[in-house]
Amino acid sequence: MELNAVTIGFFIFTILTLGGAIGVVTTRNLFQGTIWLMVSLFGVAGYFVLLSAPFLAAVQVLVYIGAIAILITFAVMLTRSVTRIKERYIRTIPSLVVSLALFLALLFGVTVPIFGDYSSELAPTVVMTTRDLGLALVEGNGYVVPFLLASVLLTAAMIGAIFIARDEES
Amino acid sequence: MDELCTGLCKLMVESGADAGLAQFVSLLVGVLLVSGVPLLTVIILIWVERKVAARIQDRIGPNRVGPLGLMQTFADLLKLLGKEDITPTSADRVLYNAAPLVSFASVVLIWVVVPFTPFHFGVDLEIGALYFVAIASLGTLAIMTAGWASNNKYALLGAFRVVALLVSYEVPLVFALLVPVMLAGSMSMLDIVNAQTGMWFVVFSPLAFVIFYISSQAETGRAPFDLIEAESELVAGFNIEYSGMKFGMFFAAEFLHVFTNGILMALLFFGGWMGPLYYESPLIAFAWLGLKGAFIYLTTLWLRNTVPRLRIDQIMAFNWKFLVPLSIVNLILLSAALKILQELGFAPRDMLSASFVDVLPTTVIMFLINLALVVYLLGILRKRGQEARRESGAAQGALAQAASGAGD
Amino acid sequence: MNVLNEWAFVGLFALLAPIFPALPIVIAWLVRPRKPNVLKSSTYECGVETIGDTWVQFRVQYYIYGLIFLVFDVEMVFLFPWAVAYNGMNLFGFVAGFLFIFLLTDALFYAWKKNALDWK
Repeated sequence: MELNAVTIGFFIFTILTLGGAIGVVTTRNLFQGTIWLMVSLFGVAGYFVLLSAPFLAAVQVLVYIGAIAILITFAVMLTRSVTRIKERYIRTIPSLVVSLALFLALLFGVTVPIFGDYSSELAPTVVMTTRDLGLALVEGNGYVVPFLLASVLLTAAMIGAIFIARDEES
Repeated sequence: MDELCTGLCKLMVESGADAGLAQFVSLLVGVLLVSGVPLLTVIILIWVERKVAARIQDRIGPNRVGPLGLMQTFADLLKLLGKEDITPTSADRVLYNAAPLVSFASVVLIWVVVPFTPFHFGVDLEIGALYFVAIASLGTLAIMTAGWASNNKYALLGAFRVVALLVSYEVPLVFALLVPVMLAGSMSMLDIVNAQTGMWFVVFSPLAFVIFYISSQAETGRAPFDLIEAESELVAGFNIEYSGMKFGMFFAAEFLHVFTNGILMALLFFGGWMGPLYYESPLIAFAWLGLKGAFIYLTTLWLRNTVPRLRIDQIMAFNWKFLVPLSIVNLILLSAALKILQELGFAPRDMLSASFVDVLPTTVIMFLINLALVVYLLGILRKRGQEARRESGAAQGALAQAASGAGD
Repeated sequence: MNVLNEWAFVGLFALLAPIFPALPIVIAWLVRPRKPNVLKSSTYECGVETIGDTWVQFRVQYYIYGLIFLVFDVEMVFLFPWAVAYNGMNLFGFVAGFLFIFLLTDALFYAWKKNALDWK
């Protein structure tokens, strides 16, 4: 394998993603777990850069590290024991089966198109810019319906979240 | 540092160096040059901050070390180096030490996308405007980490309040930021500045600038939003357990962030390096950017030293019930007006190549819309203020009556 | 410079950025005095010894602000491409964006009316 900036970047981001993921599942401390999760997601943002999708990378950092991380820490502080989690999740075999099945499905989904007949579709020659993305979002024959549905979904999410959170309080 | 890189690259390759190495070295030189600007600036900023604060408070400020006290920062640095570093035994050591580094790094990283002149900049990312918002959110996480890792009730409480404040004010900040992005039709900082050749964006929408200004004052945790430094309530807030150089780094980060915001506002709303004769020499362009940024920076210092601190409930109410709705209405009104003007053919579809005459009708109409919105708002605020005064007057009257009644 | 080269610059900058603040801290670590004692290294709150666990349950209001912010944050993700493409779209494109913002403003008003925005 050729050692260039992309390869080095790929190695760094893989270490971040996998190392962070291992950190999440091994730490006993919920806050440290959050930080590990952010390290992992930061690595994923790096992958987006390597795939020439800088917009998605920025979104990844903005939404996950800027918002989700904060939300998780706020949620962590709503729980009773942050640092001393004693209960262990004991249903090992069902979770092993589920995670293995998920992993195989992913492996299948990722590798088959590469070796199958779809390989030409995977390498688009035209690089999409953020401007193309914006135009596609509002074009009648583009993604205008999903765009507006996303707004409805977000609205519903916010109303539901407020309803539940406030109900809990009273 | 585009030109320099290719130049240095060529030179190294011609003299027999490995092409990859040459590229790496030239990138490294570029990084060091770009990062040098904020790092050198912050040394001066600490002096400026103290001197201005002193003058506003009718003091003299640092004047002993060097001419005008200019060497004061170096004296402070020496003093901080000799300070004992106290890490509480119950702290989470790794996160405790990492937090000041991330806090400072998140501010320095913003300078990657700051174009100093039309030809000298770190990189011109396609997503520049989104990049600096995303990077700034790393700073929020650093504050949360610092507060949590200190294992101190005041630190954690302070961190929680500050983080709630920072995330809340990010909403109006981004809505205000969408206005220049929409006008320029690009998130690249270079394009945003170049699109202001015809007219500065602050004239299109003074309101967007004011919202951005207020939000960035909150994002840096400056008065009237200085929950970050609530000495009277939380001893100091999230940095209470920090001492020595680590404590200093939080402050250096804050000072630099304020100035960085000044530069960003100059770029987004005041035409960046544009000014008389800017095309003559990069130095003149750079000077214009510095002057505009410094002026905005000085007004934030002025504001900081003039107004008192708000309570957290007031800060939150001001943001969610005033600033956020206002920024949304502003964006909707301006985008509607601009689109109608574009459809009618009065407004240019490409600001980059539009001249002053091209954008004049758009400017006037958008400015008038903003003015109408401000007049309407002032009317509402005036009515609210009168009501509040009447209520508090009545309450005080009742109180006075009760007091005099008790005296009898 | 191509796109990846630009990001190599950002990556290198990101690697170096934490080193700048680390340098003075490391120098300070080399030269500073070290005289820790139990009292000095204890948690400093207000002069009185600290009682109980720091990581206690916090109020739910922080979480509600966090949720509202998250929704707006995701909204921005859609609005940035919309704003970038704004000059190239027709009236229909603007109306789509307007509806998008309008629906979310509804949610904000719901939160306002339910007093979810009040600090309690």
